[in-house]
Amino acid sequence: MNKIIFKQKLSSEVFKMVIEAPLIAEAHKPGQFIILQLGGDFNERIPLTIADSDPEKGTITIVFQAVGATTHKLAMLKEGDYVANLLGPLGQPSELEKFGKCVCVGGGIGVAPLYPIAKKLKQLGNEVKIIMGARNKDLYVMKDEMAALADELILMTDDGSAGRKGLVTEPLKELCETWKPDYVFIVGPPIMMKFGALTTKPYGIKTVVSLNTIMIDGTGMCGGCRVSIGGKTKFVCVDGPDFDGHQVDWNNMLTRLGTYKPQEQEAHHKCHIGLHIPEGEA
Amino acid sequence: MYQTREELDKTAQDLLKKYKDLALTPKMRAEIPVQQMPTQDPGVRIHNMNEVAEGYTEAQVKVEAMRCLQCKNKPCVQGCPVGIDIPAFIMKASEGDFKGSNAVIKESSLLPSICGRVCPQENQCQKYCTMGKLHKDVDQAVAIGRIERFVADYSREHDCDVTPEVAPSSGHKVAVVGSGPASISAAADLRRAGHEVVMFEALHKAGGVLVYGIPEFRLPKKLVQRELDGLTKMGVEINLNFLVGRTQTIEDLMKKDGFEAIFIGSGAGLPKFLGIPGENNVGVFSANEYLTRSNLMKAYDAEHSMTPEWQSEKVAIFGGGNVAMDAARTALRLGAKEVTVIYRRSETELPARKEEVGHAKEEGVKFMLLHQPHEIVADEKGRVTGVKVITCKLGEPDASGRRSPVEIPGTEKVYPFDTVVVSIGNTSNPLIKLTTEGIDTNKRGNFIVNEDTCETTLKGVYAGGDIVLGAATVILAMGQGRKAAKAMNEYLAKL
Ligand SMILES: Cc1cc2nc3c(=O)[nH]c(=O)nc-3n(C[C@H](O)[C@H](O)[C@H](O)COP(=O)(O)OP(=O)(O)OC[C@H]3O[C@@H](n4cnc5c(N)ncnc54)[C@H](O)[C@@H]3O)c2cc1C
Ligand SMILES: Cc1cc2nc3c(=O)[nH]c(=O)nc-3n(C[C@H](O)[C@H](O)[C@H](O)COP(=O)(O)OP(=O)(O)OC[C@H]3O[C@@H](n4cnc5c(N)ncnc54)[C@H](O)[C@@H]3O)c2cc1C
Ligand code: SF4
Ligand code: FES
Repeated sequence: MNKIIFKQKLSSEVFKMVIEAPLIAEAHKPGQFIILQLGGDFNERIPLTIADSDPEKGTITIVFQAVGATTHKLAMLKEGDYVANLLGPLGQPSELEKFGKCVCVGGGIGVAPLYPIAKKLKQLGNEVKIIMGARNKDLYVMKDEMAALADELILMTDDGSAGRKGLVTEPLKELCETWKPDYVFIVGPPIMMKFGALTTKPYGIKTVVSLNTIMIDGTGMCGGCRVSIGGKTKFVCVDGPDFDGHQVDWNNMLTRLGTYKPQEQEAHHKCHIGLHIPEGEA
Repeated sequence: MYQTREELDKTAQDLLKKYKDLALTPKMRAEIPVQQMPTQDPGVRIHNMNEVAEGYTEAQVKVEAMRCLQCKNKPCVQGCPVGIDIPAFIMKASEGDFKGSNAVIKESSLLPSICGRVCPQENQCQKYCTMGKLHKDVDQAVAIGRIERFVADYSREHDCDVTPEVAPSSGHKVAVVGSGPASISAAADLRRAGHEVVMFEALHKAGGVLVYGIPEFRLPKKLVQRELDGLTKMGVEINLNFLVGRTQTIEDLMKKDGFEAIFIGSGAGLPKFLGIPGENNVGVFSANEYLTRSNLMKAYDAEHSMTPEWQSEKVAIFGGGNVAMDAARTALRLGAKEVTVIYRRSETELPARKEEVGHAKEEGVKFMLLHQPHEIVADEKGRVTGVKVITCKLGEPDASGRRSPVEIPGTEKVYPFDTVVVSIGNTSNPLIKLTTEGIDTNKRGNFIVNEDTCETTLKGVYAGGDIVLGAATVILAMGQGRKAAKAMNEYLAKL
């Protein structure tokens, strides 16, 4: 049982929680994630990135978007409540070193997992430019934290309500042409990571993405998280979640993510009725 | 012909009357028919998750026990991996002393209600049974496993199963990694010796393959839970959500947390794939994923479970072992219209337990034998539409001693399927090896251990079960857990 120490609503559907998990906090490195299960026989297991950790206090921070049944249930928990099951830290830590000029691209909720990576890159002495994309200005997460560590922060929104109107791939392309980064790290919706990777490819810039596939155990037992990387099958939970964005078979990854779409939509609908959450609210 | 439990019980009652007070000669014993296991009606059971085999009635178990010849040389015992005194427990069962019978088994095996259900008896004890030899048919052997199951269930239901005594504290502290049958038996024996025992399990539920792999209809989960509750009662601490190698390493456990010895029973949890084109298409699953969703996450209960299970019409299962049978029968219960097991050898080589193959057939599972999958075909959306297979014939025996499949060129053909479950086995999970210095493995990734003690190449670290044997069986895993515990008790005594 892991106690929720702190909870904050970051936007209409994004929440931050600080949870007691001393062993995970101690072992955590940037890029790693946890699997969470809310107890009992019927709850599902979902992966969430460890956005931050404090080994001294014995806590980890998660930032999640309420998209479906489980994340909504999680969002209903309050400070002082417990998360029944937390497993971690899982996955390979991100391989970070002094690359020189780095661009970190975060889309939506992807900024949360990007934060410890950008922080580490900065600590290692890299020059770090950050591009953040969101549907509108209310959906940015951890903007101030990012602004504090970035050498340059470029904001993009789909509707133009903050920063520039457009997709993150536009400034990314400009930077590739003018600034010529040595290293690009992208976390966000799969479709954004796909086009981000396609953007850097012609320039031959090393581009790492953090994949979010469907997962069950997170220990390499089920094979549900498998993806095709450079023609070889890899398990995201143990071989990843970071991979060379130019090697990922994006179409396969995207179709596999949609495996349970109809059931998820039904569950989401049921959960809004069952938990009395109005549609469009988390 | 399907017979109900009541019908089978009636027949047994009549036989009991017939033989009452008669001094039975071996010839008369040989004439007693094998008692059939009562089961749920196949037409009904494919719509529920309840246990298929219902267990003998009291009359049946007595009749079956009467068939035992009480052979002096006990050939059956040599076929039992843990050497249960089989004639002795059967004798007690025939006398109606079920509690005493269970006690005899418990001297050698800790989990009889589980082993009585899942052991491949026809390849173990029953293979050597004189009664079977007499009839020249292993199916006519004394149904040792079914008697075992009965007495274990009886003892549980009548609450006369005892929790093992725990010796006074030894002051030593040991860790057990994993919570499958190897770890359960090691933990019990270590705790009995008075050590402080802490078990670490990665999943949110303990039991290993017994809970996440083997389906409810073959092994009710409450039986496994009972065994784990027994461990807790003895004072074993069970720590869930703890992945050794990630949450903490073996080294952390030994150096920081003061565990003086460690047993690793982390199993063979890494699913194998064939490596054929299309294996990452949508609708292709490893048996582990398919079964874990259903068993551990209760996806079969669509009403309550938050974890979805893929809905299918026509399912192809690759493989022919217990895992394949479990996947096939699970698919039927999840609502598939048609399920086909695709296996590259012939029926005689099917590695699954005979009883399970029989049950699968009764339930309508189809078998496409002597066929090897070559490719999984999908539509433009990446969803499975069919499987291309090639016909095989049997060639010379291979390393496993079974005749090997030889593909016949030019016989490729695509059959329509919307789901594929790859059930061709598992290999050992590499995580502990990767995060621990000093543990040697063979080329298949199995831990190398001293055969007599189960000690790994790292001092104080022992291992057993599937992580050592490769995907094997429950009883072998248990046997190794006990062997390791014995050696660990000796090791700790010398510290
Ligand atoms: C390694 C890893 C790290 C992750 N880190 C974070 C994180 O830090 N914060 C966060 O909010 N989310 C993260 N995710 C995604 C998160 O796991 C999913 O949002 C969550 O599983 C949805 O569960 P649900 O039951 O609420 O929704 P569901 O009902 O399962 O799904 C609702 C919707 O979300 C989509 N979805 C389902 N599973 C995923 C998934 N694994 N990734 C992306 N979309 C999904 C579905 O397509 C569907 O439209 C991560 C995923 C992985 C694999
Ligand atoms: C579907 C299926 C059907 C089967 N049917 C039969 C049958 O009918 N009869 C039979 O005799 N055998 C059967 N088997 C085989 C049998 O289940 C196994 O041989 C047996 O369970 C092995 O026991 P074990 O204790 O070695 O490991 P497992 O039962 O595999 O348990 C290992 C446990 O360790 C945990 N673990 C792994 N790594 C770590 C780690 N690093 N840290 C913490 N925990 C960890 C895992 O989560 C798991 O719970 C079947 C197997 C499967 C998959
Ligand atoms: S071999 Fe068969 S008949 Fe002989 S003692 Fe064993 S179970 Fe009984
Ligand atoms: S999540 Fe099961 S193998 Fe990766």
